[in-house]
Amino acid sequence: MSNHETQINYTRKDLPKSILTFGLPLLVIGIVAAFFAYELDPIRASFNNIISLLLIVSVGMGAIFLVALEHIAGAVWSVPFRRIAEHQGFIFLATPLLALPILLNMHDIFEWTHTHVVMNDPILYQKSPYLNTEFFYARSIGIFLVMTFFLFTYLRNSTKQDTTKSNKTTKINALISAAFMPIFAISITMVAIDYAMSLEPHWFSTIFGVYYFAGTFATAMAVLTLLTLSLKSNGNLLKEINGNHYYSMGGLMFAFTAFWMYMAFSQYMLIWYANVPEETFWFLPRMKDGWEYLSIALIFIKFIIPFGLLLNRNSKMKPSRLKLASFWIIGAHIYDMYWLVMPTYNRMSGTEGPVFGWIELGFISLSAGIILVFYYLAANKKNHIPIGDPKLNRALDFRI
Amino acid sequence: MNKLYSVAALFKTPDEIMHAAAKVADAGYEKYDVNTPYPVHGLDGAMRLKPSKMGYYTIAIGLTCMSLMLFFMYWVYNIDYPQVIGGKPLFPLPAFVPIMFEITVLTGAVLTVAVMLIFYFKFPNNAHPIHDSGYMKAVSSDRFGVNIEAIDPKFDIEGVKAFLSSIGAYQIDEIYFDEEEVNTKHRILDSKFVIGMFLIAGFTSISVYLHMNKALYLPPFDWMLLQHKVTAQDHSDFFKNGISSRVPVEGTVARGFMPYLYVGDPDGASDNLVNPFVADEENIALGKRKFLTFCSPCHGDLAMGDSRLRGQFPNGPTLHSDKLLSWTDGRIYHVITEGQNVMPGYKKTVTRKERWAIVNYVRTLQRALDAKEEDMQ
Repeated sequence: MSNHETQINYTRKDLPKSILTFGLPLLVIGIVAAFFAYELDPIRASFNNIISLLLIVSVGMGAIFLVALEHIAGAVWSVPFRRIAEHQGFIFLATPLLALPILLNMHDIFEWTHTHVVMNDPILYQKSPYLNTEFFYARSIGIFLVMTFFLFTYLRNSTKQDTTKSNKTTKINALISAAFMPIFAISITMVAIDYAMSLEPHWFSTIFGVYYFAGTFATAMAVLTLLTLSLKSNGNLLKEINGNHYYSMGGLMFAFTAFWMYMAFSQYMLIWYANVPEETFWFLPRMKDGWEYLSIALIFIKFIIPFGLLLNRNSKMKPSRLKLASFWIIGAHIYDMYWLVMPTYNRMSGTEGPVFGWIELGFISLSAGIILVFYYLAANKKNHIPIGDPKLNRALDFRI
Repeated sequence: MNKLYSVAALFKTPDEIMHAAAKVADAGYEKYDVNTPYPVHGLDGAMRLKPSKMGYYTIAIGLTCMSLMLFFMYWVYNIDYPQVIGGKPLFPLPAFVPIMFEITVLTGAVLTVAVMLIFYFKFPNNAHPIHDSGYMKAVSSDRFGVNIEAIDPKFDIEGVKAFLSSIGAYQIDEIYFDEEEVNTKHRILDSKFVIGMFLIAGFTSISVYLHMNKALYLPPFDWMLLQHKVTAQDHSDFFKNGISSRVPVEGTVARGFMPYLYVGDPDGASDNLVNPFVADEENIALGKRKFLTFCSPCHGDLAMGDSRLRGQFPNGPTLHSDKLLSWTDGRIYHVITEGQNVMPGYKKTVTRKERWAIVNYVRTLQRALDAKEEDMQ
């Protein structure tokens, strides 16, 4: 509440070396593993590729959403991390690299790409105006272009503001975000429907986009928290950033962990109660052949454990405990995507029960490498704090 | 008798109150409070307060009530009145989860507020000593205040006043409260009165029960249910076979009902029964509708024996076999009426006219699959 104007002493410092020393080997291992996986077992590789893509979309597109959310809500507390979120949005630019192998292997994954299947199936035939290859390409490219446009607009405005320190930019950003919000809502729903739900093209759930969004928000926030904490300990950020800021980040992760469970349970309970074969068949493969243990574990991994990890006030304020919770949430999101995608792999390849091996690990390593390397490319030799933002002083003074 | 409650000091800005709160805390006072017209962020830190433990109590209350609710639902569904609803198990946990969630939130919130009222206002009192004072009027509009209570171990009225003015208070008041008013024993909570009320309630209940149930033989709550008449499917002490409703005399024919003469006699039906209905468009349309409703689930939409049962029940045979083609209309009618093997009889659900219409429709299907030369022209 103090009115005194603090002079911001920000000196740019190089990113921690650990980002590249961890990121590059992970990326190389991931690329090599992905290459061999596609050579040896293209179907399994494609499904793992989808998991990676969904994770990278969550991290990248979620970060753009966090930036837009700050602008449209006029949030003050999150200003010191906005530049990190903008750089994190750069990770979204890796999506074409991950989407390309999927688009080339569409016949192995998506039942609805086979014309003779669609022609002989009344349900797929009815859905074919949406689920056809051309429109699928168009949607993917369209979403990528629109999101990239918003990403660069935000970044350009924000960088410009570092020197101009003008309040006008903040107002323009709020207007842009108003346009961004509905577009984002449609885009993320389409990503969820196209790349995850259309694996079982006969099935539909109107809440599926929100389900994916809930995980996306928590994951993007978790990655942002991890980046903030490691940059802070390396001394790239201002010393005024403290537990009060961390508390709010942890609070949002906590909220969206609970929100995810709300969505997931709403979806499950309605289908369980109505008990119609058209809907229940999606859950049936997840309740046999060993998947039943993974389904029950999902409740613990994605909801109960992170809920406990973040419930306490100290757990949100102490960097070490917040770091643990963030890692856990990212891991839980990967687990959730695995649970969404892999039962269809069983059906398409004729295997039974969950599979886990070097292919899965390789693609997880690829995703981690992409996150670290793309963040490094975006943020290297740049300011990590929006030093020109008129709200920055108030943001550093933030108390819960 | 007026007694000193606290010494209260007023400040003009939030910055001043932050500063003052820190000073008061550092001076070692324990029983004091800060009042502001709106939440001032960081004040708890300035007052050196530890994080509140209220949240743990709230979740403990919520989880306790949730468990009670879960037990209650278990008792209702599994012990008191077990009943299968919608084909769900007797203990349908997913259906209970929304209720458990709502109960946790509701009881956690409501009981926390109730407990706070009891602790802070000493229910049934609804007033606090500082409520009726100029100090309260000021801090609930635009001033910021701190008041140090007289029960504080370090309290000494002159010392506190001097201390408060030294940290910049612009006005210092003494707040008194009427000890008698706060400590008034409310007569509604007087133990004799409360016990008396319970005794009256108990006496009334017991005497009404004895009067109605034992003296007048009137059960209290189900007078409408128990009437002196025979209800459907009731046990009868009067009739020998113990059934309250009577079987009609043998040979009785209901109005508008034609008795079936060939019960257990398929050959008789085959030889003697003749289809009384002409297979015109209207009759076949009726037959089709009834066939799709009653026959097609097992025999298939086109009577090919391709059922929709997915093996949950034995498949009905095709109706295009040579055996069926050689049967007379009367024989098919007999099977629909009486049933055969696992197929039940349909005389109770399908009327006589509809059964003959189904026979006509089956004939139409058979002819469609095995058409004669002249049908092609």
